[in-house]
Amino acid sequence: MSKITDMTATKNWSGQTLVTADHMLFEAPRTKHFMTGSEVLKEAVKRCTVDASVSYPITPQSEAAHLIGELWAEGYVGMYFRGENEFGVMAEVAGCAMAGSRTITTTSGPGTLRAMENFPQWSGTRIPCQLILMARGINSPLTIQPDNLEVTFMLETGCMIWYAENVQELFDMSIAAFIVAEKPDVHVPIVTVVDGFFVSHTRESVMLPEDDIALFPYEPYKSPLPPIDSETPPGRFLRDPFVMKSNYISYATHASWQWEVRSAVERSRPYAEHFLGGLLHETGDLDAEIAFITCGTASHQAKEGQRELAKLGIKSKVIKLRTIRPFPTKELVKSLEGIKHAWVPEFNVVGWLEKEVKTALYGKSDTNIIGGPRVAGGMSLPAEAIIQEVMEVLNPGKGA
Amino acid sequence: MANQGPAYYSPYPTATYEGVITPPEGKALLLEEVVEEEKAMREVARVMLTSENATIFPGPQVLYAYNEEASKKATLIKEMAEVLNAKMIPMYDYRPKYPKIDAEVEINPNHPNLTIWHNKIKAAIFIGVHCHYANVALKIVRAETDCYTIAICGLSGHEDAMATLRDQHSSELAKFIKIAREVKSELKL
Repeated sequence: MSKITDMTATKNWSGQTLVTADHMLFEAPRTKHFMTGSEVLKEAVKRCTVDASVSYPITPQSEAAHLIGELWAEGYVGMYFRGENEFGVMAEVAGCAMAGSRTITTTSGPGTLRAMENFPQWSGTRIPCQLILMARGINSPLTIQPDNLEVTFMLETGCMIWYAENVQELFDMSIAAFIVAEKPDVHVPIVTVVDGFFVSHTRESVMLPEDDIALFPYEPYKSPLPPIDSETPPGRFLRDPFVMKSNYISYATHASWQWEVRSAVERSRPYAEHFLGGLLHETGDLDAEIAFITCGTASHQAKEGQRELAKLGIKSKVIKLRTIRPFPTKELVKSLEGIKHAWVPEFNVVGWLEKEVKTALYGKSDTNIIGGPRVAGGMSLPAEAIIQEVMEVLNPGKGA
Repeated sequence: MANQGPAYYSPYPTATYEGVITPPEGKALLLEEVVEEEKAMREVARVMLTSENATIFPGPQVLYAYNEEASKKATLIKEMAEVLNAKMIPMYDYRPKYPKIDAEVEINPNHPNLTIWHNKIKAAIFIGVHCHYANVALKIVRAETDCYTIAICGLSGHEDAMATLRDQHSSELAKFIKIAREVKSELKL
């Protein structure tokens, strides 16, 4: 149990020493642990001086939400409560963040859609909250299996979207996410996605800094909008309702506002490059002529495919996208130089990543982009399926 | 910032869509070029001193004396206006004005072009405006007027302005005023 105290210049309310994100992520010594994604998210939140968290149960993120609640009981999170439903949760997150709190929540699958109206509302009001999306797919038929169909619905909400492959990336990304989202020239919400079950429920080795350090608190007075604060001017005189009076303003204002929100996402690029070590990551044979463009656990499966192909004497590389919004177009074009064929393996029925890749590359790359292999509804994506797809192109009619 | 002036009356393309983002710490932005802060300050002073109806638009963060820094900045901005021979029109409120803004006495982020058109302003400094509203206004001004916009920002700057100075606190404002006096002297104004 942490001892709850007043925040000082060097310690937060639970007595943790305040440090920068650079110290936390790049300099602090780390030790090895063996944890699930849900457990590691608790460890990340514990080190982030989080003011508020709002929860609602839905598989597979329920355990993560429970564990953040434990942090509140232990004195590490300032406020924690359960919403009436996901719509209520996301609206309450908005309220907390607009009041100047560093705020986090978690959801999955249909919960994402139930809350949908709030996400563009979040970005439109420029709040820097974080949603951990543990993807599980969308019904019907009802699925509680690994699938990331709900991500496609999030793509045009004006939120940043980062995608973690494994437990380690979830820990590091969810800490960096707060800091990037809170940059004054960015200051839009961030959705950190992991594949449910594969990451949330799977125990992996993970390197963690000690838990006696935590991020400096959020500074709401560096917000691009006045924080709601009835006591401190100029906020109380000036804050217009965030649903603006559309009859009274020009269409240019609406247009400018919407482009501004998306411009804010673009401004996150240098910060993401710094904290993530690049918007994409390459592994395998870097001089290969075939590649896999992936995100999340599909990257893990593609790496397995790459290793099996290497045994057959076929060189390939895996290009893992760490950010989806902003989309790493420039980096992907460069990475695909010399690549003849690139596959986009995915855990969803619609192939949203394939569409994203093709849209981004149109007119910019000569690489033949092939959607798939694609699985859905909880199916696994074995390396054999990836190899088969490759062989049908490299060795047509003869198979693997 | 690739283009200056009317762009079919739409805020698109915004500067970020053309690959221009806020300058890194310690630097400034002139159109789409990252430059040293002092170079940008000299250019800003030159533009303000040589443009018709040059105007400073102070925003809420320097209009209300809610902390000591705001008071210091406000005093310096009055001095800046004198040095630059600039008028001053405040943006004291972000709420859209209904039924009609008084364009002679105020500017509003939701229709900033009206004030610029009415007063035939060819160069303007935005200062003390919360970043989101500055960005919304700067995109509209860029699209609908031929006004040269300058953002003097206490935080990270604004790529949709034609000149951007970032991390500008009272000490930087004092430095800018000193440079503006030198430029004014060089121009024999």
